[in-house]
Amino acid sequence: MIPTVAINWAVVEPILPELLLIGIGVLLIGLDIFVPRQRQVLPWLTVVGCLTTLAMVVGSRPSVAFGGMFLVDGYAIVFKSTCLAGVILTTLMSEHFCRIIGLRQGEYYSLMVFSAVGMLMMASAGDLMVLYLGLELMALPIYALVGLHKTEQRTSEAAIKYFLMGSFASALLLFGMSLLYGLTGTTDIARIAELIATLHLGNNPALMAALALLIAGFCFKVAVAPFHLWTPDVYEGAPTVITAFMSVSPKVAGFAIFGRLLFLGLPELHEHWGPVLAVLALLTMAVGNITALCQRSLKRMLAYSAIAHAGYALLGLLAGTAEGLAATMTYLIIYLFMNMGAFGILMLLATPDQPHESLDDCKGLASRHPLAAAMMLVFLFSLTGIPPTGGFIGKFYLLKAAFSAGYTLTVIGAVLFSAISAYFYLRVVRYMYMSESQQTISCSFSPGMTAALGLCLLGVLGFGFFPGPLLDWTTAALAGM
Amino acid sequence: MSIPLLSTLIFFPVLGGLSLLIVPRQQIATIRLMALLISLIEFLLCLPALLLFDKTTYLMQFQEHHPWIKALNINYALGIDGISVLFLLLTALIIVLSILVSWESITHKVQEFFVALLVLEGAMMGVFCATDFFLFYIFWEAMLIPMFLIIGVWGGPKRIYATVKFFLYTLVGSLLMLVGIILLYQNGGHTFDILQLAGQPYSLKLQLILFWAFFAAFAVKVPMWPVHTWLPDAHTEAPAAGSVILAGVLIKMGAYGFLRFSLPILPDATQQMLLPMLILSVIAIVYGAIICLAQTDLKRLIAYSSVSHMGFVTLGLFALNQRGLEGGILQMINHGVVTGALFLAIGMIYERTHTREIVAYGGLASTMPVFAGFFLLFTLAAVGLPGTNGFIGEFLILLGGFERLPWTAVIAASGLILGAWYMLWLYQRIFFNEIKESMRGLVELNLREILTLLPMVLLIFWIGLYPNALLGFLHVSVGHLLDQVNGVGLAGTLLVPGLIPPP
Repeated sequence: MIPTVAINWAVVEPILPELLLIGIGVLLIGLDIFVPRQRQVLPWLTVVGCLTTLAMVVGSRPSVAFGGMFLVDGYAIVFKSTCLAGVILTTLMSEHFCRIIGLRQGEYYSLMVFSAVGMLMMASAGDLMVLYLGLELMALPIYALVGLHKTEQRTSEAAIKYFLMGSFASALLLFGMSLLYGLTGTTDIARIAELIATLHLGNNPALMAALALLIAGFCFKVAVAPFHLWTPDVYEGAPTVITAFMSVSPKVAGFAIFGRLLFLGLPELHEHWGPVLAVLALLTMAVGNITALCQRSLKRMLAYSAIAHAGYALLGLLAGTAEGLAATMTYLIIYLFMNMGAFGILMLLATPDQPHESLDDCKGLASRHPLAAAMMLVFLFSLTGIPPTGGFIGKFYLLKAAFSAGYTLTVIGAVLFSAISAYFYLRVVRYMYMSESQQTISCSFSPGMTAALGLCLLGVLGFGFFPGPLLDWTTAALAGM
Repeated sequence: MSIPLLSTLIFFPVLGGLSLLIVPRQQIATIRLMALLISLIEFLLCLPALLLFDKTTYLMQFQEHHPWIKALNINYALGIDGISVLFLLLTALIIVLSILVSWESITHKVQEFFVALLVLEGAMMGVFCATDFFLFYIFWEAMLIPMFLIIGVWGGPKRIYATVKFFLYTLVGSLLMLVGIILLYQNGGHTFDILQLAGQPYSLKLQLILFWAFFAAFAVKVPMWPVHTWLPDAHTEAPAAGSVILAGVLIKMGAYGFLRFSLPILPDATQQMLLPMLILSVIAIVYGAIICLAQTDLKRLIAYSSVSHMGFVTLGLFALNQRGLEGGILQMINHGVVTGALFLAIGMIYERTHTREIVAYGGLASTMPVFAGFFLLFTLAAVGLPGTNGFIGEFLILLGGFERLPWTAVIAASGLILGAWYMLWLYQRIFFNEIKESMRGLVELNLREILTLLPMVLLIFWIGLYPNALLGFLHVSVGHLLDQVNGVGLAGTLLVPGLIPPP
């Protein structure tokens, strides 16, 4: 007879938020199967569940669980909160948008919640195994979410493309991780850093190969050029609400592991990855901003703009300083609000028979719906980085961090590309305010959508006028690292 | 100081503008009246700043100081000195007049127009009040949004091209300045306070880099030759109110930026770059004036004359002596008044004829005699006739320029002659000659329009006959600025504090 060992529940405490979310996910499936008529409660249950998790995450005590595999530190808390905020905003927008395009599967919300669990694990990963586990747990539900809208042709293409590319990126990551493991004999990220320092592996070619593979893998995940090629097609093909989700939460989680591995695991190699990331960041901004210039589809334009913003966010990472990391975190939080907001307005334009995703569809929006146009104006100026919006504060902080670290030319490049980006963001403003309307679509606000857009607007303007608490929060979060 | 006067000046128009959104869109008359009242109250609020202003000190007055972003040592710091105080009044006046001139000419999206105008006013006030470089940048950039909309939504046929050009030009310049601000922050003791940033010993190399970074932003705004090309388009396509604000206040901010940042913070670089700046100024004066002679479009002509006149302003600033600087600042005010008035007048006539082609006009002196009288006065002020304000400013600038480098004054003086040529020729073509068929039966100015133009006439003569009213504000602050540029201020801080005799 096997002796029963009493489970030490205290061990579980750090992963309680994840457990809660898993419970919510299972509950959502159950409700969907057994009470199919009550589907309208699903989004609200998701929101409430995520909010509770968010509260637990913010309130959680810093701790190290499972022998260093699972870290709950300030860094993890910031990234977890950002990811959850993204999920909450997406869910609020979902109800409205799914009704319009006729997306009725109940699995939708549970997939989203499971994906969120993956993101939370990524943010807390202190070990390569957990990191990979979280990554896959996040990615798999999203592959399904992209292809969920079965009646639309483009979505299947997008889903398959995303799946293939995502698997390929995971393979690269795994290869890089196995090399790291081979060199150091451990998967503990902090331990890897120690071993690299003590064994003087700094110039080991195998380590360089591992670094290259890891960077390539991460760049796939956060859509950094030249590993971005899947992004525009997938973003355009997916239902807009999923595009909004993909452009924010998984990207934030991707940056979480990116930063964790580089800063915690490979700080010794900063002289190697710093310049590489600088080149990649510039390339990403160039590709994103210049390609966006010639898009006719607003959705595709926002996809390219999302690529460009990954380039800006890299500026903080490549600095290799605590300030830089704080700047990236700050930027991602602000980006969450402005990007979700812009996609939210795009969703408002959609009607059951037509997606209305082209630039022409926002012509004359200011006359048709002044409030929506005004909000879009704020989001677009924030994406451009014009004060007094949050986008400016985020970009300023990033530029300052990269500048302090000595990447002067990168900063000047970033500044010039952000001036280029003004052109295509302004084009939308121009169409909304300075062109006559071609059709008379009336936008309808649902309560969820109103709440989501209101939150986005509040975030963008609030962080623009009072960025102090946010900066303090992200800076303080790194105090322990 | 119990009432934060400067904060009130900044946020009253912004909040007032936003309060217009509560009024139902259809009640255009109410919206217009509210906007006018708000701008008038704002103007009255400026008066205490002027009356309580202490002319005997160069220190910042009406100071406000609150920590804003502690992590980066950014403060919400406001204050005005002799250089900025006059611009507050000018801004408030120009906005009142632009609201009056838009009374009937703006017919669609009226609510949005006045909101944009008042928000813009708040941002402009902020630019002149900020004593924290970061805060200054926020206001500086925030101005772009309403201005972009004002030109783009309510402008002429090619408005979209013009507004995008305006936005991109200024944005690129501002972003380069932003990099400069960060560089300055790193080297200036991690502060954005412009009083602390000034008077620190920066290396010459750093100063030169910063000088050109700031130049990118300020020269575009002034606009100095050769980055002036956005101005004719923006001026031409903007609605009357937009042109007035552009000419009256917005382009002054470039010169103000030089005064507030480049000169005191980067004295060595300023001394080094004196010659290129003077040459660019002289080119702008002559080039702008010659281009004016070839213009067929009324507003475009005035726009190029702005390039020429702003060349005088930068000439005065970079003469770096008391006369030149005072003349430059006075000329900024003068140009705001005179060119603002010209654009107001053109806006009124455009409302009647709907053409800006000079050849379409002729003989207006007999159909609209009152208007012709006003326009003649503005023309003469623009030419710089003694007795009008234009004369005082240009004369001081030429004196200053002559003291610095005699040949600059000689060439610049030719700009005056060219100025008289194109302005009087313009006047002749529009108001004299035989009456064109299309110009018959034009309605004479109504009371609102006369009241709009009258303050400008009073200002032209008041400044022209009694310039000390304005120059009195400048003497001490400009003197201090010169000390800073000439390194006296720097030497003073190096002395043991106890040895400095109390002033």
